[in-house]
Amino acid sequence: MNRRDKKLILKIVDLHANAEEQPILKGLNLEIYSGEIHAIMGRNGSGKSTLSKVIAGHPAYTVTSGRIIFEGDNLLKQEPEERARIGIFLGFQYPIEIPGVSNVEFLRVATNSRRKALGQEELDTFEFEDVVKESLDIVQMDPAFLERSVNEGFSGGEKKRNEILQMALLKPKIAILDETDSGLDIDALRIVAQGINKLTHPNTATLLITHYQRLLNEITPDFVHVMSGGKIVRTGSKELALELEQSGYDWLENNPKIEEPSK
Amino acid sequence: MTQCNQWLSELASPEGLLADIQQFGRESLLTNGWPTQKLESWRLTDINKFSKILKLPLNTIHTKRRDNNDKDWASIPNNAIRIILEPNTNSLNSNELPTGVEQLTQEEIEKHLNVQLQEKKANQKKSSASIAINDASTSNILGLKVVGQKIPGIEIVMPAKNHTLSSTKMLLILEENTKLDLLQVAIGEGDSAHSHSLEIHLEKEAELNHGFLALGGGEASCLTNICVKQKEFSQYYFTSIQHGWSISRLEPEIIQLRGNGNTTLNGLQLTNNHEQIATHSYVRFEGPNGSLNQLQKAVANQNSHSIFNGIISVPQIAQKTDASQLSRNLLLSKRARIDTKPELEIIADDVRCAHGATITQLQEDELFYLRSRGISAKQANSLILQGYCREIIDNLPISANRWDILNQLLSNIK
Repeated sequence: MNRRDKKLILKIVDLHANAEEQPILKGLNLEIYSGEIHAIMGRNGSGKSTLSKVIAGHPAYTVTSGRIIFEGDNLLKQEPEERARIGIFLGFQYPIEIPGVSNVEFLRVATNSRRKALGQEELDTFEFEDVVKESLDIVQMDPAFLERSVNEGFSGGEKKRNEILQMALLKPKIAILDETDSGLDIDALRIVAQGINKLTHPNTATLLITHYQRLLNEITPDFVHVMSGGKIVRTGSKELALELEQSGYDWLENNPKIEEPSK
Repeated sequence: MTQCNQWLSELASPEGLLADIQQFGRESLLTNGWPTQKLESWRLTDINKFSKILKLPLNTIHTKRRDNNDKDWASIPNNAIRIILEPNTNSLNSNELPTGVEQLTQEEIEKHLNVQLQEKKANQKKSSASIAINDASTSNILGLKVVGQKIPGIEIVMPAKNHTLSSTKMLLILEENTKLDLLQVAIGEGDSAHSHSLEIHLEKEAELNHGFLALGGGEASCLTNICVKQKEFSQYYFTSIQHGWSISRLEPEIIQLRGNGNTTLNGLQLTNNHEQIATHSYVRFEGPNGSLNQLQKAVANQNSHSIFNGIISVPQIAQKTDASQLSRNLLLSKRARIDTKPELEIIADDVRCAHGATITQLQEDELFYLRSRGISAKQANSLILQGYCREIIDNLPISANRWDILNQLLSNIK
C-alpha cells in the first residue's frame, strides 16, 4: 500500500508494559497512517486489550520501556483526559455504568472538552441537543437513552451503540475499538459496523481489536495483525483474517512469519 | 452534680400541654443516666460531642417570626405551603393552612399525648436518650391533621439560633386515603443544636412522601427522632439527607401496625472534617404482608465518621414480609471511618429479608471511563459523586433541589 501521501498518526516502538507487575506487552511495534483501518486479532491473553488501554493511558498499566508517538508527540507523558482531547478514542469492550450521571450531560461535557481542544466554541444544553440528535441517527439509537444514567441498564448492544455515539461526537483522529463486536447479534453488529464505516475519514484512522472475522466482513481492514505473547507476530492483508478463521491460531504459531507493511 | 443533673435542674418546671411528657423525659434521664459507650446503640457515638448539646441554653425567647423569603432560604414553590417551626410555634393562623389541612385541637393532642405517654412508660428501658432530651425540654407541639388527595405540599423549615438548643415537636395525622408531600428542612447556625421529634400516623391507604433535609454548618448539632405508625395499605416514603453537622443522629422508627403496608427508606449522609453523622433506623412489622425497601448511603471524607445501624424486626405474626436493606458507602479518605451494621430480628419463617453492605472507594474504572472521554480527573470525581448522591436526593419531594443541595454537599470535597 502506498503511504507516501499519508500522515503518520500513531507510532509504537518496542513497547513493554506491565499490569500488576506482570509483563503483558513485550516489545510491540506498530505504525498507523491516516486513512488506514488496522485490525488486531489474537487469542485471549495475547495482550490486545492491554494495548488499547495503554494507548488510552489506563493507570492500572505501567509502561516499562518503549515509546508511543502520536502525531510526533510523546503520548506517554500525557494524562488519559489529555490523550482524549488531542483525538484518541477508546471504545470499551465493557462500557462502564455510572449510576446517577445523566448520559446526555456526560456526552455534552465530553464533547465540549474535545471542542475546546480543537479551538471550537463549547455547546450549551440546547445547542448540544441538536448536535446529538444528528449523531443518534448514525447508530440508530433511541433518544430515550440520552435521559438515562450512563450505560446503566443498557443491553450489550445499546452500550456499544453508545460507544460509537461518543466516537461520532468526539471526532477522534484515531479510534481504538476494543472488541466492539462482542455481545452483539448480527443485526446490532451490522448497525454498529455501518456507524463505524460512516465515521471513517481519509484524515483519521481506526484500530479494531477483535477475536472474530465476522466484524471484518462489515469493516474492511487495510492491515490485519496477529498478537501473541505480548507482541505482533504476523502482519498481513485482510486475507490473513480469513486464513486464521479457517486454520486457527495454532496454524499461525507453527508458521511464524512477520510481514512488514510496505512503506 | 453530673452535667445531666445540672442541665435538668436548670429547666423551667413542667407546665402546659406537655407537662406530663416533660416530667417523664426528665425522670427517664435521671433514672437511665446519660448514655455511655457501654450501651450498644451509643457504642460508636462521640459522647463528648453529644454532651456539648447540654451546655447550650434552651431557645425559649419568642423571636420575631422570620420572613418566608429569608434571603438564605429557598423560595417556596407554587404547589406548597411553608410553616416555620420554632420552639415557640404552638399555633398557626387557620387562614395560613390550605383546605384539607387543619390544626389538631387541644383535646385531640391531649388524647394522643396520653397514648404516647403510656407507650413510653411501657417501653422505658428501650427509650433513647435523644427522645428523653426532647421530651424533657420541649414546651410546644404543632399538631396537624390532613384529609384528602390533592393537598398542596407542606414544607416545614426549622431554623436554629446560634448557641442555643431548639427543641421542637410535631404530630402529623394523615386520615384514610390521604396523600401528602412533606419536606422538613433543618438548618444549623454556629454552634446551635436541634432536638426534634415528629410522630406520624398514617391511617389506612394513606400515602406520605416525606423528605428530611438536614443541612448544618460549622459546629451545629442535630438530634432527630421520627416515629411513624402505619396502618394497613398505607405507603410511607422517607428520604433523608444529613450533611454539615458536628454531630447528627437521626432515629427513624417505623411500625407497620397490622402489616400490609409499604415502607421505603432512602438515606444519604455526607461527612467532612471531624463530623459524626449517624442513622439508627428501626422498622417493625406487627402484621403480615408488609414490605420494606431501604437504601442507606454514606460518603465519608477527611477525618469524619459515618454510622448506620438498621434494625428490622419481623415477629412470628409478620408472615410473608418482604424486606430488603442495602447500605452503600464511599470512603474518600484514609482517615475517615464508616461503621455500618444491619440487624435483622426474624422470628417468622415465611419471609424474604435481604440485606447487604458495601464500603468502597471511588471506582477506578468509572474514573478512567470519564477521563478517557476528555473529562478531567477532578470533574470526573465530581460527576461520579453527584451521581452517587442524586440517586437519593432525587427522591425528595416538593422540588427540594431549590435548596441547592448538591452544591452544599459537594462544596468541601476536593
